Amino acid sequence: MKYLGIKPKRPKIAVFDFTGCEGCELQLVNKEETVIDFLGSVDVINFREISSTISNDFEVAFIEGAITRDDEINRLNEIREQAKVLIALGSCACFGGVNRLKNAYDFKKANQEVYGKQHKETLPARAVKEIIAVDLQIPGCPVDKPEVERIVQHLVWDVPYQFPAYPVCFECKQQYTTCVFELGQLCLGPVTQGGCRAPCPVGGSGCWGCRGPAADPHLKEFLQIADEREFSRKEINERLSFYSGFEGML
Amino acid sequence: MLFKILSKEEFRNFIDFLLKDTEVIAPKQINVNADGKAIYQFLPVQNFEEIRLDYETTDYSAKTYFLPYKEDLSSCSFLGTIWDREIKYRIQPRAIVGLHACDINALLKLDKVLAGDRFPSPYYISRRKNTFIVGIDHDPCEGGFCQSVGADVVTHGFDLYLTDLGDRYFAAINSNRGFNALQQVKTREPTARDNNDYLEVRRRIASQFKPLEVHNLPNLMDIEFESKVWKKWADKCMSCGSCAMVCPTCYCYGVEERITMNNAKSAKIKQLYSCQFLDFATVAGGLNFRPDRETRLKYRYYHQHRGFVEAYEEPLCVGCYRCGRVCLADINPPDIIQDLQTEYQE
Repeated sequence: MKYLGIKPKRPKIAVFDFTGCEGCELQLVNKEETVIDFLGSVDVINFREISSTISNDFEVAFIEGAITRDDEINRLNEIREQAKVLIALGSCACFGGVNRLKNAYDFKKANQEVYGKQHKETLPARAVKEIIAVDLQIPGCPVDKPEVERIVQHLVWDVPYQFPAYPVCFECKQQYTTCVFELGQLCLGPVTQGGCRAPCPVGGSGCWGCRGPAADPHLKEFLQIADEREFSRKEINERLSFYSGFEGML
Repeated sequence: MLFKILSKEEFRNFIDFLLKDTEVIAPKQINVNADGKAIYQFLPVQNFEEIRLDYETTDYSAKTYFLPYKEDLSSCSFLGTIWDREIKYRIQPRAIVGLHACDINALLKLDKVLAGDRFPSPYYISRRKNTFIVGIDHDPCEGGFCQSVGADVVTHGFDLYLTDLGDRYFAAINSNRGFNALQQVKTREPTARDNNDYLEVRRRIASQFKPLEVHNLPNLMDIEFESKVWKKWADKCMSCGSCAMVCPTCYCYGVEERITMNNAKSAKIKQLYSCQFLDFATVAGGLNFRPDRETRLKYRYYHQHRGFVEAYEEPLCVGCYRCGRVCLADINPPDIIQDLQTEYQE
């Protein structure tokens, strides 16, 4: 089949997990109504959650998870060498994610608390882009499957993908949600990248910023309006740091 | 205009009559805010008890029953060698009960843009023509400045318009179908006392507005094009677009194409957009002629209070103050207009 004379590509894809919960990988095989077509539009040649076939002849690599160990860095470098397109999948790969919270703690104590006597090697958690060049970032905890589908469609048709320029508020308003601030709660919607269809504020829990900053986020004003509503700086900073998408901006 | 009097009991019967075969949309209380104040929304109702005609205002306007946030303009199916295109218009009858004057005036303004001689939109017209509108008078809402922009009274654009006279409604009839629908319940002709009571209520409502100085606003805005007022307010704008989403008259939109994952179907989707978004004025090649918040906020106000006046001899804004209420940064038309007036006097 051709569209406007263009023949679709059939990119060879691979999915690799690093330090993360594999929830974003699970999202790739979620959404039953389209999963067959989704996986059918590409050649899956290395994705342990759906196939035992393992090959390193891939073109597009999805990286899930943050980077927290030396051996991960080596593995990541090898993948980068092979991949024509390397995609950071999910908030951990894009920003370091929840894993990055550990960076604020004493590693010895943290290791003791989590692993007891079975000490594990660990480095400060980092985003994939801090180690190697990344071609595309798909943020989210987890990633939004419809958005991943659109991105893969763009890969298949070889058309550049444009992330939305609006923050979470837009899609929240489209669902007639009562503003979470109006209910007296904190929400990162005004400064967070939209495109997720705002499930958290629509569900009443406020946005936690898993998709990182919106295009040209106005953090100064955001802090102002949060102060005016008497949220403590501690609470605001904890919220902004939770997924580490605002790292370096605070 | 034809006027009739109907008792509150008969109005209830009238709603029951509408509910028999029509979807009825009316203000419903959906929540309370952090200060304990009721939050209302225009939603489908199943019975008379759900309707709250005493609502002060709603967070969201009723605009999206005519201009949905998202709408498929057309869809295509790929049939091997050819495309089959399908276009659907919403034609199911619907009634909206309890619209305030500002919201009906908003529809009249949308009519001018979307149902006028130039480029009428069949999507809008089919919804508008198939919607029965019952308006109602009310005491001014907090922050509302509809009177200053001439939107506190409405003389057409509805089927029926009610004024609460305590034990009865004074009903203005503005369409054949409004007249015919009222035949289903008991009404009577207004007496001199009814007329007097009606005018008294109207006077009471009109006297409660705090006037906003909007005299010569289009020219003032031209003179104050470089005013520092724009930067002052735009510095607070987070470009979240909420003002345009709740506005009863903002109609700007974008269109995108979506294809299904199996490449067998596609849809052309229209989505209401906001002029405050960073990429609103991005054109082919990635150029953006409104990259800064100041220009974007300014042009929002120029469209509402100047450009629309030049084209249609009235502002686009109806003074409902929903944008002011929704804005977390407290950016609002009365304060901005006041600032411009003050700047001018200085």
